[in-house]
Amino acid sequence: MVFEIDAKDLHYRELNQQIRKAIAEGAKHLVIKHVNGHRYLAAGVSAEVDIDVYGVPGLDLGAFMRGPRIRVHGNTQDGAGNTMDEGKIIVEGMAGDVVGYAMRGGKIFIASDVGYRVGIHMKSYMDKIPVLVIGGKAGDFLGEYMAGGIIVLLGLNSRYPERPLAGMFLGTGMHGGVIYVRGHLPETQISPVLKIEEIDDKDKATLENILIEYAKDLNFDLEEIWKEKFFKIKPKTHRPYGKLYAY
Amino acid sequence: MNPQKETKAKPKRKKVQFSKLYPDFYIERDWDKCIKCKLCIRECTYEAHGWDDKRETLTEDHSKCVGCHRCEATCPTGAIVIKHHPSRFREHDTWKPWFIKNVYKQADTGGVLLSATGCAVPFRNYWDHLVLDACQVTNPPIDPLREPMELRTYLGPKPDKVEVVLENGKYHLKQKPGPWIKLEVPIMFAAMSYGAISLHVHQGLARAAKDLGTLYNTGEGGLHASLYEYGSNTVVQCASGRFGLHVDYLNAGVAIEIKIGQGAKPGIGGHLPGEKVTEEISKTRMIPVGSDAISPAPHHDIYSIEDLRGLIYALKEATEYKKLVFVKIAAVHNAPAIASGIVRAGADAVVLCGLRGGTGAAPTMFRDYVGIPIELALAAVDERLRQEGIRHWASLIVSGGIRCSADVVKAIALGADAVYIGTPALIAVGCTMCGRCFTGKCPWGIATNNPELIKRLDPDTAYEKIYNLVHGWAHEIQELLGAMGLNSIESLRGNRDKLRAVGLNEVELRILGVKHAGE
Ligand code: SF4
Ligand code: SF4
Repeated sequence: MVFEIDAKDLHYRELNQQIRKAIAEGAKHLVIKHVNGHRYLAAGVSAEVDIDVYGVPGLDLGAFMRGPRIRVHGNTQDGAGNTMDEGKIIVEGMAGDVVGYAMRGGKIFIASDVGYRVGIHMKSYMDKIPVLVIGGKAGDFLGEYMAGGIIVLLGLNSRYPERPLAGMFLGTGMHGGVIYVRGHLPETQISPVLKIEEIDDKDKATLENILIEYAKDLNFDLEEIWKEKFFKIKPKTHRPYGKLYAY
Repeated sequence: MNPQKETKAKPKRKKVQFSKLYPDFYIERDWDKCIKCKLCIRECTYEAHGWDDKRETLTEDHSKCVGCHRCEATCPTGAIVIKHHPSRFREHDTWKPWFIKNVYKQADTGGVLLSATGCAVPFRNYWDHLVLDACQVTNPPIDPLREPMELRTYLGPKPDKVEVVLENGKYHLKQKPGPWIKLEVPIMFAAMSYGAISLHVHQGLARAAKDLGTLYNTGEGGLHASLYEYGSNTVVQCASGRFGLHVDYLNAGVAIEIKIGQGAKPGIGGHLPGEKVTEEISKTRMIPVGSDAISPAPHHDIYSIEDLRGLIYALKEATEYKKLVFVKIAAVHNAPAIASGIVRAGADAVVLCGLRGGTGAAPTMFRDYVGIPIELALAAVDERLRQEGIRHWASLIVSGGIRCSADVVKAIALGADAVYIGTPALIAVGCTMCGRCFTGKCPWGIATNNPELIKRLDPDTAYEKIYNLVHGWAHEIQELLGAMGLNSIESLRGNRDKLRAVGLNEVELRILGVKHAGE
């Protein structure tokens, strides 16, 4: 059964209370209408539930959450999936800055562009591998301090055709995980502590799994995606501070 | 001479290590007492003691000794004394051995100097220039053994005013205050992560906090599964690395502390070296075994007070407003303005960590020269928040360089609600301040997670020692309060009239808001 909430006259605190209440009462599918900058939507919610969001969610959508599958029918503001643990966020439009900060599990699929500082310090542990797919282009500092997980940057569906795929300082301080980019990145954009390589069969299998799901969720043409070559960016060392100290 | 030949024949140049030539410590063995049991070889984790098979005798490598005194303390016949190395450089007030040796170290390795513990530079310690008042003749002191003496402290925002309503012939509060955290003693245990210190120390801290009615702090390394049961005495930390941070963790304690900075190394992040990331640590931090656990310098979702507000409320929302949110910063030049921003951003407590705050690893230049003393920062922050009329919006917790109960009393008189102690708790369980915690080889089983070494300190001993320390301090605080004629810690808070300074200049007196002795 679909449970509908109208966010029009609600403060984010009330909206979240209603979401939690509905989930506690057993709702498995929530539809939230008229979302307009409401912060912290479903933050810290630990439940298996589908949430359809109409409008533009505010700061920290799904922060710390464990389990919910959120689909945003529109754009979302900064901080989506902040330190998210499990679940899925699908954004049919663009997302702001700091998407997936310190994310440790689950998936974030963005149809179009993202802002600055996206995927910073993502990390993986055992079978928990966070995945972030960006259909458009990314601003500066993508994947900075990345310690684990997967970022896929497609550059397909961007509002800024003139811009490069990713901004400056891509993967600075990266010491784990992998960034896949579709198409060519100029050498000058890759910091000397990173290496860029063509993908191998194992990468291809990983990517295929992710992209099939992504294309299905966001109506992308899978063949079109595969038309360009993918490259992978990885850190040269997992111990960037290994030899820094004297004592 | 044929130059070509010479280059060919030249043996590989052995690099001289100047830093190894002049040891800090000298291992003195009394051969009359030594029974050659070789215990010292097993106890020293730095391999300073050795065995010469040919000569059938013990050997010492003074250059490896870090001065932890473990061998001295465990030698069954008391044959070992660890001394400062008697060899001296020529006296020079500028080029003290410390600087000479540091230059050697860096010339040998090209690295950044690393240290542990807190600031080792003898900047003026203001606690040692403050004295307390006592009653004489005109007002009687109170004897805590005879009369009740209240150390209880509540953390959290206090209302602007208290309103009561009359309902059915009974008065009650119009608005339920809180949530507050009740401390039976205003001494809490500072953030020290599992990873930096052993699980046994964490267990000891947690149990002691429970029995003392106070809080301990997980630090940024997550919360070990065995410690969830101490939730009501736990502060969980949210640092930039966000290690082991998930919904259960956030909900585990009574407060969440956003760590922006720490006094030992303001302005930089931290990292737990891969060597210290063992199987158990990896589980709790949720990162692979052996990988560096890196906490970037800033939280990359916080670049402003407005962003900080964003995170404070994200945490409150995620925990349904049941937890207090603390924000911890290092005491720096602009601490008063920053603290005001933190309070206005919605924090329930501001934690100020001063220049002398301890650490398991910090670049030496940061440990020694970045940040300001907690005494001055505390006085300035408390004053600023009062002037702005927002002091009651948040509690003020201070840490960094508190060594005894009188320091606690002085901190509270300067305006703190409570203090955090870290180093005293470690010394209570045997730490000798050797300052090599980052090697993971702590011979006292404290700052290590080596499964063999942690056996040197069991959780029961850790608990007992830490409990005893705070128990003793609490009683001393009661006596000091009684002598001042106060019967509750509340009456001391921000009561700077109970303090006088000895030997401070006008600027210092003004910042501390304290009169000089004799005034
Ligand atoms: S490092 Fe410690 S145990 Fe080793 S010789 Fe020095 S004092 Fe003794
Ligand atoms: S905790 Fe251990 S390594 Fe660190 S200073 Fe104390 S005794 Fe030395």
